[in-house]
Amino acid sequence: MPDVQTLVNELLFKLKKRKIEGSHATARQTAILLRLVISQQRIPYTHQAAALIDAVKAVGEQLVAANPVELAVGNIVRRVLHIIREEDLSLSTVAMVGLNVSAVSDDEGDTDQDDHPVLSAAAVAAASRNTLRPPSLQTLLEDLPDSAAVPHTSSSGDDSEGKSKSADKSSRSRRLKHDVIEAVNELIEDISTSHEQIAEQAVEHIHQNEVILTLGSSRTVLEFLCAAKEKKRSFRVFVAEGAPRYQGHLLAKELVARGLQTTLIADSAVFAMISRVNMVIVGAHAVMANGGVIAPVGLNMVALAAQRHAVPFVVLAGSHKLCPLYPHNPEVLLNELRSPSELLDFGEFSDCMDFGSGMGSPLLHVVNPTFDYVPPKLVSLFITDTGGHNPSYVYRLIADYYSTDDLVLQRKPAPVN
Amino acid sequence: MAPKRIRARAVSDDPEDLARVPLQAVLLADSFTTRFRPITLERPKVLLPLVNLPMIEYTLAWLESAGVEEVFVFCCAHAKQVMSYLENSQWKSLPKFSVTTIESHNSISAGDALRLIYERNVIHGDFVLISGDTLSNMSLTRALQEHKERKKKDSNAIMTMVVQRSKPSPITQQSRLGTDGLFMAIDPTTKQLLYYEENTNHSKGTLSIDKMLLVDNTSITLHNDIQDCYIDICSLEVLSLFTDNFDYQHLRRHFVKGLLIDDIMGYKIFTHEIHSSYAARVDNYRGYDTISKDIIQRWTYPLVPDVLSLGNSATKLERQGMYRSSEIGQSRSAQIGPHTVIGTGTTIGSNTKITNSVVGKGCTIGSNAVIEGSYVWDNVIIEDECELRHAIVCDGVVMKSRSVLKPGVVLSFKVVIGQNFVVPPYSKVSLLKQPTKQDSDEELEYADNNSDTLDSAATGTMDKLNGDPLLEFSEMEHHVSSELGYGGVGYIWSLCEGSHEEEWRHSVAPIPAEKLAEITQVIEDDLELVSQDSNAPASSGELKPDTQINAEDDAVYFEKEVEATFLRAVNENVEVDHVILEVNSLRLSYNMQAADCAGAIFHSMMKLALDAPHSMQNELLRNVHNTVNAWQKLLKSYLPGKDEEIEVILKFEEICLESVKELSPLFTQILHLLYDKDIITEEAIEDWESEKKDADEADRVFVKQAEIFLQWLREAPEEDDEEDGE
Repeated sequence: MPDVQTLVNELLFKLKKRKIEGSHATARQTAILLRLVISQQRIPYTHQAAALIDAVKAVGEQLVAANPVELAVGNIVRRVLHIIREEDLSLSTVAMVGLNVSAVSDDEGDTDQDDHPVLSAAAVAAASRNTLRPPSLQTLLEDLPDSAAVPHTSSSGDDSEGKSKSADKSSRSRRLKHDVIEAVNELIEDISTSHEQIAEQAVEHIHQNEVILTLGSSRTVLEFLCAAKEKKRSFRVFVAEGAPRYQGHLLAKELVARGLQTTLIADSAVFAMISRVNMVIVGAHAVMANGGVIAPVGLNMVALAAQRHAVPFVVLAGSHKLCPLYPHNPEVLLNELRSPSELLDFGEFSDCMDFGSGMGSPLLHVVNPTFDYVPPKLVSLFITDTGGHNPSYVYRLIADYYSTDDLVLQRKPAPVN
Repeated sequence: MAPKRIRARAVSDDPEDLARVPLQAVLLADSFTTRFRPITLERPKVLLPLVNLPMIEYTLAWLESAGVEEVFVFCCAHAKQVMSYLENSQWKSLPKFSVTTIESHNSISAGDALRLIYERNVIHGDFVLISGDTLSNMSLTRALQEHKERKKKDSNAIMTMVVQRSKPSPITQQSRLGTDGLFMAIDPTTKQLLYYEENTNHSKGTLSIDKMLLVDNTSITLHNDIQDCYIDICSLEVLSLFTDNFDYQHLRRHFVKGLLIDDIMGYKIFTHEIHSSYAARVDNYRGYDTISKDIIQRWTYPLVPDVLSLGNSATKLERQGMYRSSEIGQSRSAQIGPHTVIGTGTTIGSNTKITNSVVGKGCTIGSNAVIEGSYVWDNVIIEDECELRHAIVCDGVVMKSRSVLKPGVVLSFKVVIGQNFVVPPYSKVSLLKQPTKQDSDEELEYADNNSDTLDSAATGTMDKLNGDPLLEFSEMEHHVSSELGYGGVGYIWSLCEGSHEEEWRHSVAPIPAEKLAEITQVIEDDLELVSQDSNAPASSGELKPDTQINAEDDAVYFEKEVEATFLRAVNENVEVDHVILEVNSLRLSYNMQAADCAGAIFHSMMKLALDAPHSMQNELLRNVHNTVNAWQKLLKSYLPGKDEEIEVILKFEEICLESVKELSPLFTQILHLLYDKDIITEEAIEDWESEKKDADEADRVFVKQAEIFLQWLREAPEEDDEEDGE
C-alpha cells in the first residue's frame, strides 16, 4: 500500500514543476488523490465528517498552493468537500428520521446533533420532505430526478434501520466513508465523461451549412464538432492557429482526419474572417463565478471581434472548470508567464540580450502569457455537461456544486489536532 | 555497496539489461576554478544564490525533471557545506530520485573527480556529466536517444556534448556569458565534433585547422556562434579514459581536445544542438549577471522564482517582471522597478530606488538608497543613502550610511563598509586576506577543505601567510580604518597582474563606454591589419581573394606588393625564378598585365638603386647599373614584346618626373644602359619617340634630353651592320 503522503508529495511535485497541466488532467488526478486520502483517513467515533473535511482541506491547501493557476485543482477539492458535507447531512437526516420513527431518545441522537452544528431546521425540513438535499434551482426548474444519490442513500437508510443499535455506530462511520468514496467515484466519472456529455448537445447548436470559428486546440471543442459531424451535419470550421503554441495546427489536422471541412487562419486574420462566421465555439481554462472566462491567450480578441459582428461566442466547459471564485486582477494573478522561447529562438536573439554592453539592462523583453480573461458580457453561452447556461446563471450553477463554507481553502486559524 | 557492485557487474555484462539501468548523473559540485574568489573561499560556488536560490537547486531540479534517477554529487571544496545542505534539502526525500554525495579532499580537477568516481564503481551505463553551476530546461530524451543509437552503431561514439547557438558580441568577441570566443568544427550531417578551440587570444584574428580535417571530411561547418552548455552525455568509456590518461585534468582543454587529436583509439564526440530550450553555465561574474537576468525574463521556465520558490516563501510575479515574496515591508514611497526580485522578510525604506536587481531574504534597506543592477544576498543591511551599482553583496554585509559601491564591486561575506566610503570599481572585498602565493596550477579552487567555517578558513589562510595569526589580526585592525573607511571591516583585494584586463570582462558591471571605444578601435585596427595582410606579399603563394577596391587603388596596391616582394627577394637572396613565380601569382590575383609587372619591377629596381648609399650622380648611376645587372633576368621575363618595353620607358619617365627627381638627369644614361643590356630594343625606343612627337612640350622633356642618344641610335644600325659586315 503506497503511503498517502508520498503520493500527495508526488502530485504536489508534478503540479509545482508544471509536469501536469491542463484542467482535465489536474482535475482527474486531484480527485483520484483525494479519494485515496479519504479512504486512508482513519475516522474517529465522533466528528467523522469534520475529520474528513480537515484531511481533505489539509491536502487541498497544499495542492492549490503548488500551482495556483490550475484552478481546477481547487475546484475539485471544494467539490469533494461539498460531497462530504452533503453525504454527512443526508446520513444524519436519515438517522434522525430513523430515530424519530423508532421514537428512541437515547444519547446517540444527541451526540449526532452535537457533531453537526450545521444541521439546520431547513435541513431537517428537507429531510422530512425526503429530498435529502437542499433544493437546487436545477431540480426545481428542470424537474430532473436527483440522480442515484437519492434512492441509494435512502435505501442505505432503510438498511440502517434494520440493523442493531450497537452496530449502528461503526457501520455509520464506515457508511459515511463509503458513500463519500462512491460520490467521489461519480465525480471522477463525470470528469472523464464531460467531453461526451458536452458533445451530446452539439446538434442543438450547430446547424446545417454553418461556419464555426475556434482558436487553438481543445479536446472538448474537437469532440463537440465531431459529434455534430457524426449526426450528419455538414458545416465548415475555421481554426485560428493559436500562437505561440500553434495548437490550432494540431486541431486542424485532427478535424481533417475526421472528415471535416477545415480552414486554418492566422490569429491576426480573425477579425477579417469573423463576418463570415456563424458561431464561435471555444474551450476554456476556467469559468469564474461572475461568468468571466480564463481562456487561452488570444480569445479576448476573438470575443471582441465576435461581439462587433454579433456572432454568438460559445464557451464549452466541463463542470470541473466552474470555479467558485470571483476574478480579481485576473490578467496578473490568474495568469502564467511561460518561457519566451515559445515565441522566438533563443540562439537567434541572444545578441539582443547581451548585458555586457550598454546600460546593463535588457532592451528586449519577451512576454508570453498563457491566458486571457474574457469578461462575462462578451460570452453568449456556456455549454457545460448539464446543458447550456447564460453567463449570469453561472453563480447559481456554482451554488449547486460548492458549499459556501469551502470557498476559502486556506485554514487561517489552523484548527484540529 | 558490495551487493550493488555485484549487481552492477551482472547488469553491464548483459546488454539487454543495459537499457533498464536507471539514468545516472554525475554532478561536480566544484568548479575547480578561482573565478568567484573571494566568495568561494567561504562558501562553495554551487551554494551561491542565483536569484535567491542556490545554483545546485537549479541543476538538481533540471536533472530530476529530465528523468535522471540517480545523482552522484561530487564534493571537494567545502564538501561539508555541500553535504549538509543536501542532507536538509527536499531532494533527499523524493522517491525515484536519489542523491548520493561523494566526498574528496585531494581532487584538484574534474579529471581527478572522474577518476575517483570510476574507482567507486557506481556508474553502470550512460550518464549525464554536469557541473553544479549549470542550469537548463532542456529535455534529455532526444539527446539520450540519439546518443544511444549512435553508440549502438559505432561503439566509439562515447560522448554527446550539448551545444546552443548564441551569437558572440560583435564588439568584444566574448559571449553573453563572459566566456571567450569558442570555435568548433562540426560535421553538418553526422554532427560529429571535429575541432574545439577556446580562443583565449583576443587580438589574434586567425584560426588554424589541421588540414587533415579537410581531407577526411567531405563537409565541415565552422562555428563561432555556438556556446558550449557544459552538459555532456557520456558513456562508461569516458570514465575509464580519464583513468587511463592520468594527465587529463580539464574536461574540455584536456579531455575533449585530447580525444579529438588522438586518432589511434578513434573515439568520437558528437554534438546535440538545442534550439528553444535554455542551457548555460555560470562561469564568471558576468555569466552570473546574464543568467540571473535570463531567469528573471523566464527563459529558464519552469525554473523561475515563482515556480521554484521553496517552502512557504511563495514568490509572486507581478506586472513588468517584478517578483515579490511574502512579508515584505516596503515603504510607500519606495520605487521598485521592473525585473526585480525581492526576497521574504526584506524591508525597504522610503524613497529607495531598486531597479534590475535581486534582493535576498531578510535584508534591511534604509531610505534614499539606490540599488541598480546589483545582487544583494541574504540578511544584508544597507543603511540610508547608500548607492549600489552593478555590485554583488554577499550574506551579512553591512553598508554604513552614504557608502557607495562602484560598478563591478564584489563584497564577500560579512564585510562592513564604513560611512561615506566609496569602494572603487571592480574591487573585491573580503574578510580574508588575499593569498599572496598563488598555487602553481592555475585553476585550483581553494584547497583547504578542512576549514569550512569562516573563522578557521580565515586563520588557515593567515597561518599560511604569516604563521602568526595574532600579528595578522593586529594588522587587520590597522587595515580597518585605512581600507574601508571608518568602522569598516575587511580587505580590499588587489587585482592580480595580468588579470587586470579580465576584470571588466568578467564583472557584473556592463562594459564601460571607454573600454568599448577602446575595443572598437582595436577591432578597426585589426581589420586594417587584416586588409593590409591580404595586400602584403603572398609568401605562401596562395591566391588572395578579389578585393573590392577600384582599379586605380588596385594598381597602387599591386605596385607596393611587387616592390615588397622584390625587396624581400633582394634581402633574402631569393632566386630569380621564385621571384618571377611570386610576381606572377600577384599578377593573377590583381588581374594585371605583364606590362604592369614590368613597370612595377622597374620601379622597384630604381627604388633599390636609390636606397643604396650614394653621394654623387656617378655613384647613383653605378648603383643603377649594379641593380640592373643583378635583376635583368627578372625584368626581361616580363618584357616579351615591344609594348611592354614602351611601358617601361613610360614608367621610367613617370618615375623621373614625379617620385624620384634625382634620377631625371640620368635618364639618358640609364636608357642607354637598358639598351645595352638588351632589356629595351631599338624599336621600342623609336616607337616611344614617335609616340611622344605629338605630345606637349612638358611631356617631351625626356625626349629632348635623350635627343643625342636617339640620334646615335638612328645611326647605330648601320654601324652594327657595318660591324656585322666586317
